[in-house]
Amino acid sequence: MALRYENYLRMNHIPHMWCPGCGIGIVVKSMLAAFEDAGWDKNDTAVISGIGCTSRAPGYLDMNTLHTTHGRALTFATGVKFARPDKNVLVISGDGDASAIGGNHFIHACRRNIDMTLIVNNNNIYGMTGGQYSPTTPLGAKAATTPWGNVDPGFDLAELAKGSGATYVARGHVGSGVQLQRLIRGGIEHHGFSVIEVMSNCHTQFGRRNKLADPVDLITHINKSSVNVARAKKMSPEELEGKFLIGLLHHDKEKAEYTDAYAGVIERAQAGLKK
Amino acid sequence: MNKVITANHAVSHAVKLANVDVIAAYPITPQSSIVEELSEMCARGEVPAQFIHTESEHSSMSACIGAAQAGARAFTATSSQGLAYMHEMLHWAAGGRLPIVMAEVNRSLGPPWTIYTDQQDSLSQRDTGWLQFYCRDNQEVLDTTLLCFKIAERVGIPAMLVLDAFVLSHTYEAVNIPDTKLVDKFLPKKDAPFIIDTSEPHAYGGMMNVDCWMESRYHLQKATEMVNTVVEEETAEWADLTGRNLSPLQLHRMDDAEYVILAAGTAAWTVTLAVDMLREKGIKVGGIGLWMFRPFPVEQLRKVLKGVKRFFVVDRSVSFGHSGIFAQECRSALYDVEDRPKITGIIAGLGGREITQTGLATEIENAIADPGSDLIRWMEVKT
Ligand SMILES: Cc1ncc(C[n+]2csc(CCOP(=O)(O)OP(=O)(O)O)c2C)c(N)n1
Ligand code: SF4
Ligand SMILES: [Mg+2]
Repeated sequence: MALRYENYLRMNHIPHMWCPGCGIGIVVKSMLAAFEDAGWDKNDTAVISGIGCTSRAPGYLDMNTLHTTHGRALTFATGVKFARPDKNVLVISGDGDASAIGGNHFIHACRRNIDMTLIVNNNNIYGMTGGQYSPTTPLGAKAATTPWGNVDPGFDLAELAKGSGATYVARGHVGSGVQLQRLIRGGIEHHGFSVIEVMSNCHTQFGRRNKLADPVDLITHINKSSVNVARAKKMSPEELEGKFLIGLLHHDKEKAEYTDAYAGVIERAQAGLKK
Repeated sequence: MNKVITANHAVSHAVKLANVDVIAAYPITPQSSIVEELSEMCARGEVPAQFIHTESEHSSMSACIGAAQAGARAFTATSSQGLAYMHEMLHWAAGGRLPIVMAEVNRSLGPPWTIYTDQQDSLSQRDTGWLQFYCRDNQEVLDTTLLCFKIAERVGIPAMLVLDAFVLSHTYEAVNIPDTKLVDKFLPKKDAPFIIDTSEPHAYGGMMNVDCWMESRYHLQKATEMVNTVVEEETAEWADLTGRNLSPLQLHRMDDAEYVILAAGTAAWTVTLAVDMLREKGIKVGGIGLWMFRPFPVEQLRKVLKGVKRFFVVDRSVSFGHSGIFAQECRSALYDVEDRPKITGIIAGLGGREITQTGLATEIENAIADPGSDLIRWMEVKT
């Protein structure tokens, strides 16, 4: 069944502020479709964001939403989840929000394995503030702050999430909405901390400076740079040079989820008091 | 050379002229174009500085502190949430007596989110030990930036120049950019009092005991008090070199004034326009533009307000539960003066709401007609 936008969007806030062709729209649609597939109740769900073009998304969603400060979405979300462990918590963030100013919170949320889903719209740039480089801007790429090419090595966000202890890690891209929807659904249904990195297009701020000003060209470029995990197994390191993997990259169903573990602490402490 | 540039680029040009060694910054609207221009200038080799693109404002100020501690001239720029996020490091910079210079573009603090101007962000950092200067136009922005370096380095205290979001930051005006020789003469490099010197190693920032910690703050206060004299000397030298005068209080038609209005930032120019309008109606009004906020020009204020009946202080900030922040400062500065004017605080222009000359003139007329004791009035607020 086709997604009924009016069920999920604050229609009086539409049209949105995103540039025509921006990847964020595809990410939001995939997220809502995944949400519907999972059969969740929107009133039992909180969607939390920081600041950036991506982080404007909750403003358009007819759910429980918090639009918070730059980099801190995961900490607000941790508070929400702790106060109401029975509710669903989704966080939507930009690459700068999640890995620059909020990088510390990113690794700690992964480490705790708290049952929340983080979707990172990785457009390799600070879109909202005018195209400054981010911790995921590719080497050599141009940004407002690196007019002569970026020399700072970037993060691989999915690897960072895995290494920091997240128990569901996937990567998709905006050129493949159906797969993205499936990966997000897997994340929201997983009991533990899930990270879905979405390779996305900011043609306005990133593309324009890197000869990919047309959204179709940039999405095609992203598409061509992606390789499915299964196929990558059969490819040589040379063939994989400059590509990124998409699909489910890591799934650990054993590690204890944090609010469960914490409930265990409370149980033990109360049993101790009764003795 | 005269150029038509934005106030943000006036800052960039001044920083270029100041020959800074290290720039560390994180983007935030409406500051970003200051450091983007500098980053271009650095990349083109016009500014021989190291540019650090940090991952947050907290890191920007930390990097400036490290650089200044190593004896470098360091600069950063920020605004609003970014300044708030720096807070811990602002105390550290002042406590460490490091003459860092920062351009701070006045923007309201969330929530709700907004990008427009008011003075809540910078005034919330009042007690960090930083010197603060508020600019009215693009020329003042350039001049103040250079003066900040000079003053900060003479006393070993960091300095912040403050400019309004958009109304100034993104507005083009003709600005005189002094030549390199003039600035080199005005601003020779001066070491901070406490720097890392490999020929004489010291330990900084360690634990200090109760027998001497308090003195570190006594000395900071004493040095800040000296700034009044330093500002007098430096603004005089700047006026000699450029013909442009700046002073802690910029006065307008004060001579026979019975009523006086004070504001800072671009609102201070609006005050002069409102004063002219009211003068035409025969009301004896004068205006003050507050350029220097820290240290607070207590003596100067007492002097210029002698014989004034009523004093209206325009605040684009609120200390919630009391009144506007400038209004409080003025009240406490004047309390011990015998024939002080009655002081009325006016909250105006929060979150970028425009303060127009007619709006302000009407507000002042209404306030004059109302003899009540006004701790706080709200201009053009929808209640
Ligand atoms: C403390 C603080 N610093 C800086 C900013 C300015 N700022 C807003 S969004 C943003 C970057 C956004 O980049 P990203 O997270 O990648 O999101 P995008 O716009 O690309 O979706 C920055 C630096 C801010 N709002 N708060
Ligand atoms: S600036 Fe970039 S990220 Fe922001 S809406 Fe436009 S295309 Fe999207
Ligand atoms: Mg981004």
